[in-house]
Amino acid sequence: MSEPRRHDALIDALSTELAPVRRLPPPWRRAAGWLLAVALIAAALLAHYGVADMQHRWRGAPDLAWAGIGALLTAVGAAWAAFSLGVPGRRRAWAWLPLPGALLWIGASGLGCLREWIAPQTHVASMHESSDCLLFIVGFSVPLSALLIVLLRRACPLRPVLTAAMIGLASAGASAALLEICHAFDAAATDLLMHAVAVGLVVAANAAMGGRLLAPR
Amino acid sequence: MSPALTADGPMVLDSGLSLWTGGDVDVSVEPANASDATERRRAAWMAAAQAGDKRAYERVLADSVALIRAVAHRQGVAHDQLDDVVQETLLTVHRVRHTYDPSRSYDAWLAAIAARRAIDGLRKGGRRERRELSDERAMASHPAADDTTGQAERAQQAERLRAAIAALPPGQREAVEQLGLKERSLAEAAERTGRSTTALKVNLHRALKALRGRFHGDD
Repeated sequence: MSEPRRHDALIDALSTELAPVRRLPPPWRRAAGWLLAVALIAAALLAHYGVADMQHRWRGAPDLAWAGIGALLTAVGAAWAAFSLGVPGRRRAWAWLPLPGALLWIGASGLGCLREWIAPQTHVASMHESSDCLLFIVGFSVPLSALLIVLLRRACPLRPVLTAAMIGLASAGASAALLEICHAFDAAATDLLMHAVAVGLVVAANAAMGGRLLAPR
Repeated sequence: MSPALTADGPMVLDSGLSLWTGGDVDVSVEPANASDATERRRAAWMAAAQAGDKRAYERVLADSVALIRAVAHRQGVAHDQLDDVVQETLLTVHRVRHTYDPSRSYDAWLAAIAARRAIDGLRKGGRRERRELSDERAMASHPAADDTTGQAERAQQAERLRAAIAALPPGQREAVEQLGLKERSLAEAAERTGRSTTALKVNLHRALKALRGRFHGDD
C-alpha cells in the first residue's frame, strides 16, 4: 500500500463521527414501494371510472390493452433500473431493462394507428382532446417523478442524468398506463403523437432538471 | 424471499448484464486469488462499520486508499492529484456508506465512487486550466493603466472571493462563515449550526482546499 499515512487525519476524523446507518433496501424493493404508489392511484381511478368501460374497450381493440401493459412494463423496468443505478458499482447496462416493455408499448400503439376499425366507446381524438392526454401524462408524471427523485436522493446515483432519464421514463410509462383506465379516445395518429410528445417532455425535463438534483454532492 | 436470495438475485442479473455490454468499471487491481480474501475482509469491515464499528471503519478506509489511488491513476489522474481524489472519495464513502450492500463486492462499490471522483477531479482541473489561460490573456491585453487600477483590482478580488464563498456547498460555506469570517470558536460554531466539531473541521478543510484550488495562480 502506498503512502497510507497521509490520510490518517481524515480517516481518524471520519471514524470519530461514525454513526450506525440504516442500510438501503435492495433496488427491487425500493422500486416496488414506488409502484405501490402507482397502484394506489390506479385503484382510485378504477374506483372512479369503473372497470366495465375499460374491459369493453380492450375487448374491442386488444392492442390498446397491450399498449397499456407495455407502458406498465416500461415503468416497472425503468423504476428498477433507476434504483439500481442509484447504487455505486451497479452496471450501466441496467438502463436497458425498460427496453422490452417500451418496444411492446410503441409497437402496440403504432398498431392501433394502422387499424381500420375504431375501438368501441371511443372516437378518434381531435387535437384539442389529445391535448388532454398530454396534460394527464405530464400532470401525473410530475408527482411520480418527484417521489422517485426524493427516494433516489437517499441513494448515490453516480450517473445522475441517465438515472434521471430512467425516472422520466418510469413516470411517463406509469402515467400512460394509468391513462388507459380512463382513455376515451382510440389510438389514432393525433393521439399517439400527443402521447409521444408527453413522454418525450417528461423524460427530457427529468434528464435536464433531475440530473442536477441527483448529482453527487 | 429470504435476504440471502434477494441479495443474490440482482447479483446474477448484474453479471449477466455485464457479459452483455462489458460493463464500465474494471476493479481488477490485484490478482483474483489474492484479492478474494482481502475483498471479503473489506466487505466484512464495511458491514461492521455500517453498524457503527469505528475500528472496522478505520481499517476499511485505510485499506481502501491503495485501491482508490489505483482507480484514479487508471482514469488518468496525475500523480500529484491522486491524494485529492483519495480525500474526496473517502468523504463520499462516508456520506453514502449506507448504500453498500455487504452481499456484493466492496471493491466494485468503492471503485465506482473513486472513478466518479477521479473524473470530477479531472474536469475541475480542466476548468481551472482554461480559466488560468484566459486570465493570462486578459492580463496581457489589458495592462494596468495607473494606480487606481490596483484598488479596483483589490475590490474585484474581494468580490470574487465573496462570490467563490457563496458558491460553496452550504455545509462548507457555513464552516467558512462561522470559523473564518466571524472567527467563532469550534464549540461556538458547532452550537450555532447544530453540526459536530468534526464535521465543521472537515467542511472547513474542504472549503479552503476548494478556494485555494479556485484562486490558484491568481495571487
